[in-house]
Amino acid sequence: MKSTGTRRRQGASNSDAAILLEHVSKSYTVGIPALNDVNLHINKGEFVFIVGDSGSGKSTLIKLLLRELLPTSGRIMVNGTDVVRLKRRNIPKFRRSLGVVFQDFRLLKDRNVYENVAFAQRIIQKPNREIRRNVPSILSMVGLAGKYKARPKQLSGGEQQRVALARALVNKPQILLADEPTGNLDPKNSWEIMNLLEKINNNGTTVLVVTHNREIVNAMQKRVITMKKGIVVSDEEKGGYIDED
Amino acid sequence: MRINTLFYCIWQGIRNIFKNKWFTLASVATISACLFLFGIVYSVLINFQYVVKNAQQGVCVSALLNGDLSEERIQEIAGMISRRTEVSESVYVTAEETWIQFAEDMKFGDISFYTENPLEECGHFDIYMEDVSMQPELVTYLESIDGIWKVNQSALTAQTLTGVNAIISYVSVGIVIILFFVSIFLISNTVTIGISVRKEEIQIMKYIGATDFFTRAPFVIEGMIIGFIGSLIPLAAVYFIYNEAMMYVAGRFPFLSQLLEFLPVQMVFTFLMPVCIGIGVGIGFIGSFTTVRKHLSV
Repeated sequence: MKSTGTRRRQGASNSDAAILLEHVSKSYTVGIPALNDVNLHINKGEFVFIVGDSGSGKSTLIKLLLRELLPTSGRIMVNGTDVVRLKRRNIPKFRRSLGVVFQDFRLLKDRNVYENVAFAQRIIQKPNREIRRNVPSILSMVGLAGKYKARPKQLSGGEQQRVALARALVNKPQILLADEPTGNLDPKNSWEIMNLLEKINNNGTTVLVVTHNREIVNAMQKRVITMKKGIVVSDEEKGGYIDED
Repeated sequence: MRINTLFYCIWQGIRNIFKNKWFTLASVATISACLFLFGIVYSVLINFQYVVKNAQQGVCVSALLNGDLSEERIQEIAGMISRRTEVSESVYVTAEETWIQFAEDMKFGDISFYTENPLEECGHFDIYMEDVSMQPELVTYLESIDGIWKVNQSALTAQTLTGVNAIISYVSVGIVIILFFVSIFLISNTVTIGISVRKEEIQIMKYIGATDFFTRAPFVIEGMIIGFIGSLIPLAAVYFIYNEAMMYVAGRFPFLSQLLEFLPVQMVFTFLMPVCIGIGVGIGFIGSFTTVRKHLSV
């Protein structure tokens, strides 16, 4: 199935939505929209790829979902929270319900693997005894239990991304946003990360992956939303990477 | 907020000081240099003021009394003078004492053959003032008192000292204000640069849901500790230099120490210490607080 416009998935209601965008537009400068009337409905527990060229609006979409930006118009619901109406003081609490992974890992360079992951627990004020239990457990899930003392610069790109994943997951978020998670990785490490994301998704977490990786998108046969010039041009169930004309 | 979160923030602040050694060193050096300059200038100026104030207190106005005044009237006049707020001390000198002193000064030798006091009309009050700028008012008042026939004053000395005092006060205030703002500018600039290079760290914290307080607290604690250390170093240096300077002047120029009396270091530090620590810690706090705020809107 291939579509050229946005659509609500069959049988889905707003209460099932992990992410809901209704007529969302965003312009950085007047008259040039980065996103133009985007409608999206992503159900809880889904695995979705967002693909598209540079300037297609993927990063803007992630920033809107993180409430780093506000839309020019439209409504955004994430985990039942109206992101547009969210007060500034409530943004930290909202972000804790999301896990986020970036292309450049964004680890705290001066802290070791354990402290990077524990940091996410410290900001939600988990007691130390729980941190000591949760961090090794999540590090073992991403296969880094033996490297908890290492600093980020002592790790390979794939390992750093796994630390970032562990940090994103340690607070058990309902949604995981991954912005080009394999962008800085070789094919082997890319697949390892994607397999981890799939495993996380199988445990019930909604996973949204922004990527350029054609091979992975085509191989994984997940829902694929294609964006171009700020518009959703395609939304496919078990889709593939659409070649540019 | 949990107590372990508070300790975590404090620990991170302390850790940051050692982690960012060059930033810490640059900030402490900047704060120390500014406050050292501030301390030295303040110490010099406050001593100038002290010397001028001492000189002012040595300026004397003499009120000469009629020779036929009763003891009661002299007491009345003494009361009227001492009630004036600008008067710090008044001393009554009888006509006899004046004559004896005069004869001594003029080296008359034996004066017992004088049957009458040639200075019968020269019994007087020597009046010392808190503030010589009030001398004209005091002289006018004294001249209006019945029983005082003449008032001797040194208008030129009073005017000069008043002028010098005013100039020192203006210069002091001007220099201290300029140094204060230069210090604030330099210190907050150093703090700003130091924190700006760690912008990414702040952003990461915000992306994963850290509150503004949690993100800012370690930076603010770091800034305050740096400010505190940066203020203690110049205070210790000024304390040492001040004592050494006093001892040097006393040893090398003993004639100067009779003319110039230095303010005790404890008195200088009564003001200087809280102000320097306040500036250091305050600027550390404000600088880090405002700089981090710029990066919090993620």
